[in-house]
Amino acid sequence: MNTRIRLALAAAATLALATVGGVYTVHAAGRAAAGQAPDRQRSSGSGDRGLVLDATGQLVYRNIAGNVAGVPVADPTAPPVVSGLRCARFSAAHGTGICLTQPGALGTSDAVVLDAALKPIRRIPLGGIPSRARVSASGRMISWTVFMRGDSYLSTGFSAGTSILDTKSGQLIANIETLALTKDGKQYYSPDVNYWGVTFAADDNRFYASLSTKGKTYLVQGDLANWSARTVRENAECPSLSPDNTRIVFKKRVRASADKPWRLYVLDLESGTETPLAETQSIDDQALWLDNETVAYARSGVGDLDPSQVAGANPAGVDVGPAAHWDIYSVPADGSGSPQLLVPGGSSPTLLR
Amino acid sequence: MYLTTSRKTPEIRTGPGVRARAGRIGANVLALGIVSMVTDVSSEMVTAVLPLYLVAGLGLSPLQFGFLDGLYTGMTALLRLAGGHLADRWQRRKAVACAGYAISAASRLALYAAGSSVPALGAALAADRAGKGLRTAPRDALIALSAPPDQLGRAFGVHRALDTTGAMLGPLAAFGLLTATAGAYDSVFVVSTCVGVLGVVLLVLFVRDQRRPVPAAGAVSPAAALALLAAAPFRRLCLAAIVLGLATISDAFLYLLLRQEFGLPAQYFPLLPLGTAASYLLLAVPFGRLADRIGRRTMFLAGHGALLAAYGVLLWPRSGTGTWTTFEQWPRTSPAVYAAGAAVLLLHGIFYAATDGVLMAAAATLLPAHLSGSGMALLQTGQALARLCASVAFGALWTLWAARSALAAAALALALAAGIAVLLLPRTPPKDRL
Repeated sequence: MNTRIRLALAAAATLALATVGGVYTVHAAGRAAAGQAPDRQRSSGSGDRGLVLDATGQLVYRNIAGNVAGVPVADPTAPPVVSGLRCARFSAAHGTGICLTQPGALGTSDAVVLDAALKPIRRIPLGGIPSRARVSASGRMISWTVFMRGDSYLSTGFSAGTSILDTKSGQLIANIETLALTKDGKQYYSPDVNYWGVTFAADDNRFYASLSTKGKTYLVQGDLANWSARTVRENAECPSLSPDNTRIVFKKRVRASADKPWRLYVLDLESGTETPLAETQSIDDQALWLDNETVAYARSGVGDLDPSQVAGANPAGVDVGPAAHWDIYSVPADGSGSPQLLVPGGSSPTLLR
Repeated sequence: MYLTTSRKTPEIRTGPGVRARAGRIGANVLALGIVSMVTDVSSEMVTAVLPLYLVAGLGLSPLQFGFLDGLYTGMTALLRLAGGHLADRWQRRKAVACAGYAISAASRLALYAAGSSVPALGAALAADRAGKGLRTAPRDALIALSAPPDQLGRAFGVHRALDTTGAMLGPLAAFGLLTATAGAYDSVFVVSTCVGVLGVVLLVLFVRDQRRPVPAAGAVSPAAALALLAAAPFRRLCLAAIVLGLATISDAFLYLLLRQEFGLPAQYFPLLPLGTAASYLLLAVPFGRLADRIGRRTMFLAGHGALLAAYGVLLWPRSGTGTWTTFEQWPRTSPAVYAAGAAVLLLHGIFYAATDGVLMAAAATLLPAHLSGSGMALLQTGQALARLCASVAFGALWTLWAARSALAAAALALALAAGIAVLLLPRTPPKDRL
């Protein structure tokens, strides 16, 4: 084979491979564009008023295309109001919203604080992959968690970094790992401490979060004014406080293996009793209390969505690809009943009360 | 047994009708460099989006994946030895390297096909690492056999610069694709596979194997590879690399120290490896050439001097970044911190540019041609395992003491290791430079 033939073959191979990659990418881009086309998403039944965060009775969530959408919690099958705002994770309360954006070039994303009209009022650059977000019931305190890469002893591990923002003072704590921590009654320090999944109490000072250190996870109770935290119990992740602040729904690791490891439990803070919920699937989410008796959460579903199930989010029956998606389910908080599908294709649920 | 340095013809055939002349990079080295660049674009595309895909795309917890790392490191070490051995035994360096590249390319599609099944994902990732382990030693042996002995530093410099360029372009390509397709991870996996296949095609078409007569039965064996250590110069080089490796903290730790000790804002964290890579790729060729002139021993030691300097900058006493205990005392990042951070990344890149390819160039002149793959695999594996030990030890010290004390210990160990390396690596007359 002489050089000319080699070059011709290389050029032909490049062309062929570029065509395969290019055609596939155009197809994928078209698939995404179809899913996002605004005229297919805007709901006609919602009137002129778009999505606002000071409404009440609205279940706001991230739809399958990544847009923030809302439905009346009393009638989740109603046509949703879909905003143009795109987030990887979203939470809102009392006229304040937090949107963790999809990571862009170089894998960084932003935490965007939103006013009641979903207008960005503050943008904080993040160094990792969005994981959890929470706004306190009053709308004053915001917390979010990102996963950071390479942040471990061996080069491809992960760690969690959690921030807290006080929207009243503007004070931002980029990483809460400097909390004075008391573990099992003793002062504790370890550089491998990771916090994630903060939930705020009604006083905007007390909070709960998950903590990991030395391969174990704990539920911690924190105090912002004292800048301290103490462990409450072992093996309780992604806590969420009930509206009456008496119970916590959390995910508990029930299997050591990486396959389907978590189940949802409710912890009574007064008595310390744990109740497994009727959801038997593994749940990896920070759940939401719809009221003092019901919790909602995103459950991952593998396989294609049934397009007929997806109200508004995907009305054209767009191929969403074989990747896993999320659906929002609800289940009674006392362990009774069974999971009910609330919003197909939805994730990151938050309730405007 | 003849040494690569004593090959009869100073001109080496590097491609059809192409002869490497002094002052020009051999076509074969360039071809290998381009294959590595294309392959690194492919692999880094996937590496860059993988955590995002697993967490955001599949909804798996990232904490589910950390535990596989140690396993991979051990497996890569074993396969690297196997790759070097097979390449020598069959005198088919190109074929073994090609198999490694092909396995890695195929693993990208397997990764996507695995869906959210954790065992299948683990198997696909393992296949990728297996391919990487298999190809490294035969490829470096091919580079060594494709350049004149007095230009080995430069040849490895060219290869490493191209390789690092690919590693920098990969993440940009991946996130560009994700932006263009509004988060269609499948397009990243498909395009990455296409790019990986292109790397294999370019290897098949443009890389010329350097085959020597197939050695007599028994001449290439694990025992023969180990017997390489009986020759003092190679044994001393391996020992020096291992001793220095034992005092080299991993990239991840260095970036973690930068972030924690300097209070560098978190959004710069993903950019830190790019800083090292930029400095590495710009300096790999000039330092390789310099190593050919002033001696590879000097360059290799000077590179570790740069790493020691990087530790020094990290340890430099600073004010205003002390621990804070209350809600109101969040420290601010000063311009001096950014300058010091840039200095650390520059020194870190200098360290790689002055040591990585240079060590292989130094080894190439000490190894018999028929065992070059085995010998390089031995050296690389020794160094990799030493660095793994260093990481584990450093992690333990960090947990036990604090980051600064652990780093001070690492700096002390590195200074000591450098002293030992100076004694281990004898100064040689310029003619037979190490």
